[in-house]
Amino acid sequence: MPAPTQLFFPLIRHCELSRIYGTACYCHHRHLCCSPPYIPQSRLRYTPHPAYATFYRPKESWWQYTQGRRYASTPQKFYLTPPQVNSILKANEYSFKVPEFDGKNVSSVLGFDSNQLPANAPIEDRRSAATCLQTRGMLLGVFDGHAGCACSQAVSERLFYYIAVSLLPHETLLEIENAVESGRALLPILQWHKHPNDYFSKEASKLYFNSLRTYWQELIDLNTGESTEIDVKEALVNAFKRLDNDISLEAQVGDPNSFLNYLVLRVAFSGATACVAHVDGVDLHVANTGDSRAMLGVQEEDGSWSAVTLSNDHNAQNEREVERLKLEHPKNEAKSVVKQDRLLGLLMPFRAFGDVKFKWSIDLQKRVIESGPDQLNDNEYTKFIPPNYYTPPYLTAEPEVTYHRLRPQDKFLVLATDGLWETMHRQDVVRIVGEYLTGMHHQQPIAVGGYKVTLGQMHGLLTERRAKMSSVFEDQNAATHLIRHAVGNNEFGAVDHERLSKMLSLPEELARMYRDDITIIVVQFNSHVVGAYQNQES
Amino acid sequence: MHVPEDAVVSSADVALALASAASQNGVQIYDRTSILHVMVRKGQVTGVETDKGQIQCHYFVNCAGQWAYELGLSNEEPVSIPLHACEHFYLLTRPWETPLQSNTPTIVDADGRIYIRNWQGGILSGGFEKNPKPIFTEGKNQLEIQNLQEDWDHFEPLLSSLLRRMPELETMEIMKLVNCPETFTPDMRCIMGESPSVRGYFVLAGMNSAGLSFGGGAGRYLAEWMVHGYPSESVWELDLKRFGALQSSRTFLRHRVMEVMPLLYDLKVPRWDFQTGRQLRTSPLYDRLDAQGARWMEKHGFERPKYFVPPDKDLLALEQSKTFYKPDWFEIVESEVKCCKEAVCVIDMSSFTKFEITSTGDQALEILQYLFSNDLDVPVGHIVHTGMLNEGGGYENDCSIARLSKRSFFMISPTDQQVHCWAWLKKYMPEDSNLILEDVTWKYTALNLIGPRAVDVLSELSYAPMTPDHFPSLFCKEMSVGYANGIRVMSMTHTGEPGFMLYIPIEYALHVYNEVMSVGQKYGIRNAGYYALRSLRIEKFFAFWGQDLNTLTTPLECGRESRVKLDKGMDFIGRDALLQQKQNGVYKRFTMFILDDHDTDLDLWPWWGEPIYRNGQYVGKTTSSAYGYTLERHVCLGFVHNFSEDTGEEQVVTADFINRGEYEIDIAGHRFQAKAKLYPVTSLFTHKRRKDDVELSDLHGK
Repeated sequence: MPAPTQLFFPLIRHCELSRIYGTACYCHHRHLCCSPPYIPQSRLRYTPHPAYATFYRPKESWWQYTQGRRYASTPQKFYLTPPQVNSILKANEYSFKVPEFDGKNVSSVLGFDSNQLPANAPIEDRRSAATCLQTRGMLLGVFDGHAGCACSQAVSERLFYYIAVSLLPHETLLEIENAVESGRALLPILQWHKHPNDYFSKEASKLYFNSLRTYWQELIDLNTGESTEIDVKEALVNAFKRLDNDISLEAQVGDPNSFLNYLVLRVAFSGATACVAHVDGVDLHVANTGDSRAMLGVQEEDGSWSAVTLSNDHNAQNEREVERLKLEHPKNEAKSVVKQDRLLGLLMPFRAFGDVKFKWSIDLQKRVIESGPDQLNDNEYTKFIPPNYYTPPYLTAEPEVTYHRLRPQDKFLVLATDGLWETMHRQDVVRIVGEYLTGMHHQQPIAVGGYKVTLGQMHGLLTERRAKMSSVFEDQNAATHLIRHAVGNNEFGAVDHERLSKMLSLPEELARMYRDDITIIVVQFNSHVVGAYQNQES
Repeated sequence: MHVPEDAVVSSADVALALASAASQNGVQIYDRTSILHVMVRKGQVTGVETDKGQIQCHYFVNCAGQWAYELGLSNEEPVSIPLHACEHFYLLTRPWETPLQSNTPTIVDADGRIYIRNWQGGILSGGFEKNPKPIFTEGKNQLEIQNLQEDWDHFEPLLSSLLRRMPELETMEIMKLVNCPETFTPDMRCIMGESPSVRGYFVLAGMNSAGLSFGGGAGRYLAEWMVHGYPSESVWELDLKRFGALQSSRTFLRHRVMEVMPLLYDLKVPRWDFQTGRQLRTSPLYDRLDAQGARWMEKHGFERPKYFVPPDKDLLALEQSKTFYKPDWFEIVESEVKCCKEAVCVIDMSSFTKFEITSTGDQALEILQYLFSNDLDVPVGHIVHTGMLNEGGGYENDCSIARLSKRSFFMISPTDQQVHCWAWLKKYMPEDSNLILEDVTWKYTALNLIGPRAVDVLSELSYAPMTPDHFPSLFCKEMSVGYANGIRVMSMTHTGEPGFMLYIPIEYALHVYNEVMSVGQKYGIRNAGYYALRSLRIEKFFAFWGQDLNTLTTPLECGRESRVKLDKGMDFIGRDALLQQKQNGVYKRFTMFILDDHDTDLDLWPWWGEPIYRNGQYVGKTTSSAYGYTLERHVCLGFVHNFSEDTGEEQVVTADFINRGEYEIDIAGHRFQAKAKLYPVTSLFTHKRRKDDVELSDLHGK
C-alpha cells in the first residue's frame, strides 16, 4: 500500500502522506468493510455497507485509476499559474458590507466574507446569509450535505424563513397571513445576500411556501394573546425541528408532480448538518446541528488572537453526544448505536436534517420507497436499512444553541463546515483571519526611539515585514484567504504555491480523497457599535 | 533639470521674520488665542469671537491651513472651504560623515515619488505616496497634532525608492521620521478669495504642500483683492467660488484627497478625470446614457458625457487613453461630429447653471441692464448672448439670457458659475422683495439637439413648424414635445451649428429623450458628448468662459463688439472701461489658429497653454484647442499680444497686426506653422460626402 501511494502521488508531501497513510491504516483495521482501494472513504461522511458500495460510484476503482495515471503522468508536472489558482479560489467568493450611511453605522455587523471550495462534484456544502427585515438581526449559516446535495440545498433555502417566522411578533404574523388571505402584497421577511451560484429551486417554491404558511398559521393559533418576549433560543430550536419535520412529512405525503415528488424524496433521504448564527446587536446566538463549527475571533489586549468555540460538534468525539445517544436507546443497543465512531457504524454526524433512513421506522421506509418513483426504487442505497435498526429515531435535527454577548474584543465569527476544521487548528484559523482583517496593524509599529539604526537596516526590516503581508493582499476576501491557507499550507504554516497548485488541479474524482468540501463565512463585527451598546447599558 | 538659483527656506523662520516685520508696522499678534467663530451682521464680517474676548474687524482672513474647513463651518452662516489633510512623512538623518554643504541641490525624483534635500549636514527626504492616509476627517479634536505616530511600514516604499536612487545613503543613521500632515484640495489648486456669502471673509488655504513656494505670490494677490476688490491677475482657477457647498462633504473630501496627493508626483495627462467623488450630481438620463456606452467627465460635481463608445468597440484598448498624442477616442468623436454636421445628435447638457430672475415691475430688466453689457430690452421670446462684466470690462461670466416674459428672464451660464454668478448677482441686486432670483439648475434637464435634421425631429414631435420662418435663430418658445408640455425650446446649440436646446422639467426628461431618440431614428440620430461639442465650437471660433475667457478679457478683445451695446441708453458695469478700450484699441486679440504642417497621427497634439510665436516673437499662449473634423486640421484658440521689442511693454493689437504676421505654435518644443484667423472659416471648407464613399453601413440605424 504505501509504496504505490508514494509512487503515484509524488505530489503528496511527507506530512500529508503520513496523515493519509495514518488514516488509511486506521481505516484498514477498523473497517473490515473497506477494501484497501477505498482508503479515503473513511473520510467520507457515510461508510457504505459493502453490498451497497455501488452508491459511491466506483465505476472505475481507485486502484485502476491510479494505475492508469502512472502512464499518463510525466515527471514534469504542469502547475497552475498564480492567476489560475486565484480564479479557482475566487470563483465562489462573496462579500457583503452592511450599508453605511452618513458615517453612521448602527449595525453591530460590519459585513461578511464567504467562500466555498468544492471537493465533491457537485459540491454538497451550502451557505446562506440574510438580514431579517421584520425583526432586527442577521442570519448566517453553513450547511454540509451528505449523500447528495438535495437536503443541504433545501435547508439553505428554507431554514432562515422558519427562523425568521419563529421570531416574528404575533401582529406581524397576522398581518402577513391576512395579506396572503386577501391577495395583498406580502411584507418581505428576509433580504438575502447571495452569490450568483447560490440558487433557489423554483419548482419547489410553492410547496415550500405552503409548508411555511402552515407553520405560521399554527404559530398564530398557538398564540395565547399575551404578548410575550420572543426567546431567540427557543425560536431557533423550533425552527430547526419544524423544518426537519416538514421535510419528513413532505416526503411521506409525496407530490402529484413527479419531479417534485422525486425532489422531496431526495431531500428526505439525503442529509445535512447546519450551523447558523443569529446576530442582533450584542446578542449572538449560534444554533448547531452536526459537526460544522462556529468560532469567535477574540483580540486580546496585547493584540494577539484567541479562539472561542461557540458550538459543540455532534459526533463521536463529543462524549456528551455519545452519552445522549446511549441514553435515548435501550441498553442492549449501547454497543451498536455508536460503532466505529459512527452512528450505527455509518454516519459521522450525530445530528442532521433529512436522513430519514435514521429516523423513520422500517415499515415507513419500505412503504415510501415502494410507492415512490422508480429512480428511488432502483437506488440500492435508499433501500438499504441500517444494521441494528431497532428503536428509531436515531437521529435528530434539534440544534444545540449557544448564546454569547458580544464584547468589543470579539472581532469576528468564523462559521465553517468540517472541511476546514479537519485541515486546520482553530487557533490557526482565528490567527490567520485576525491578521488578515487587521492588515498591517497586527505587526507592532516600529519606532526608532534612541537606537542607532541606519537607513539600510531599517529598509531590510521593512522589506521583510512587507513580504509577510503580501500574501494577505492577494485576497480581498477573508474566507478566500483562509481557504488558501487550508489547502496550501506547508509544514511551516505558510502558503506554498506549488502545493496549492497541486491540490487544486486534482481531478474531480480524486479531490474528495484529499479534502472535503470547504465552506466558510467570516462575519466581522463593528467594535465601535458593540462598545456603544455596552456603554449605553452600563 | 538643475536650477542653480534653487534655494531652501525654513518656513518657521520666514513666518517669524514676517511676523516681526508686521509687528514693527503696528500689527498686533495674539499668541495662544483660539477663534471660536467669526461674527457676521447682515452678511458682513464685524469681528472675531476668541477665547479671550471679541475683536472688532471688517476683514477676516481664514488662513487656518488644515483647520480652515472647521473654522469655516464654525460660523452661523457656514463658509465652505473644501480641503482635507493627509498625513505626510519625511525622514531626518544625522549628518553624513562629511556633512553635506548648504549648497547641495534639492532633488526631486518624481518616478520614485520622493524629494531629498540637505538638512543640518544630513538629509531630509519625504514624498507623496500612492496610498495616502487622510486624517482629521472628523475634525480637530480627534488627535492632537503633536501626538501623530511615525509609520515606518507606510514609509517603506518611499525609503526603498530613496535607497534605489542613492544606494550610498544606506549607512546614514536615522534621526527621526516626522509625521506632519499637509492639506489638499479637491482639484490640487489652492483656495483663495472672498466668501460668496459673507462680505469681508477672505480665505487663503489648501496649499497642497506648496505653501512655502506659493505663499508670497498668493499673499500678494489676496492683499490686492482685499484692497482693490480684485487681484491683478485672473485667479479664477484658485477662487473659493469655484467650489460650492456640494464639494464640502467630509466623505467626498476624504476620498478625493487620497487621489489628489499622489498626483503631485504623477504625470498629468490632458483631459484628466478624477475617479473619486463621482456620480454626485447626475441628470435623470444618466443610466440611459451610461447603458449606451457613455464615458463620463465631471464638472462642478455634475457627470457629463464625454463621448459614447459604440457597442462593437474594444473596451480594453480604450482604457489606456492617457496620452499627449492622438487619443483613442479620436474616431469615436469623429463619427459624433460627423453626425452633428450631417444628421442630428443629442447631447445631455443638464449641468449648465440656470437662474430665473423675475420681478413684479421692471426691476428685473433694470438690474439686468446694469449687470450685462448687451441690450436685454428685447421682445419676449428673444435670446441674448451677453457678458456679465466687471469694472474693467472683463468677463465675470458669459451667458445666454432668454426673455420669458416682460418681467422674467431665464439665464444660462457655465456649470462652474453656480456659486460665483449667484454671489455676483446677489451683490448687486437691491434688497427688494419684488425682485426674485432663483437657482433652477436642478429643475431642468437640458438636451442639445445639434444638426440639420434637428428641425425635422422637433417638428415631428410637436406638430409645429420649426423652420427659420416660424422659429428664427436665438428664439425661445414653450411648446409641447411628445406628450410633455411646457418644454422650453431655444434655437441655439452653443456650437454655431443649427439645432435646438430643450430645457425640460426633470420629470419629463426620460419621456422627451425616449421620444426624441425613437422619432430621430429615421433621421440617423445618435448620442454625442462634450468632446464633439468642443470640437464643433472651437472650429466655429466660439470662446468659452473659464477656458478662453476670464475676468481680464473683454468682449472687444474677442471680437464680440456686437454683444456690447454701449449706447443702450443706460449705464452698465464695465461700460467706461469698454468705451476707453474702444477709443484706445485693445492690447490683446482672441485669434484662431489652424495648424498647417501638423501630423495628427504622429505629432504631439496641442491641448492648451502652447506658446504662440509671431514672426519668431512670443506673443501669447493658446487657451483651448481641438481637432476640427471638417477642416481636417487642428484648431487652436488663443490671445495674441503685441510686446514692444525694446521695452517688452504691451502695445495695441490691430486686425492688421494679426493678419500681417507669420505664426507658429510651439508644441513641446516643436514649432508648427499656423494660419491666424479673426473670423471662423468653417463654411469655406464645408466637406461634401462623395457619392462613391457611401456604404451600406450608412443605412444602419445608430
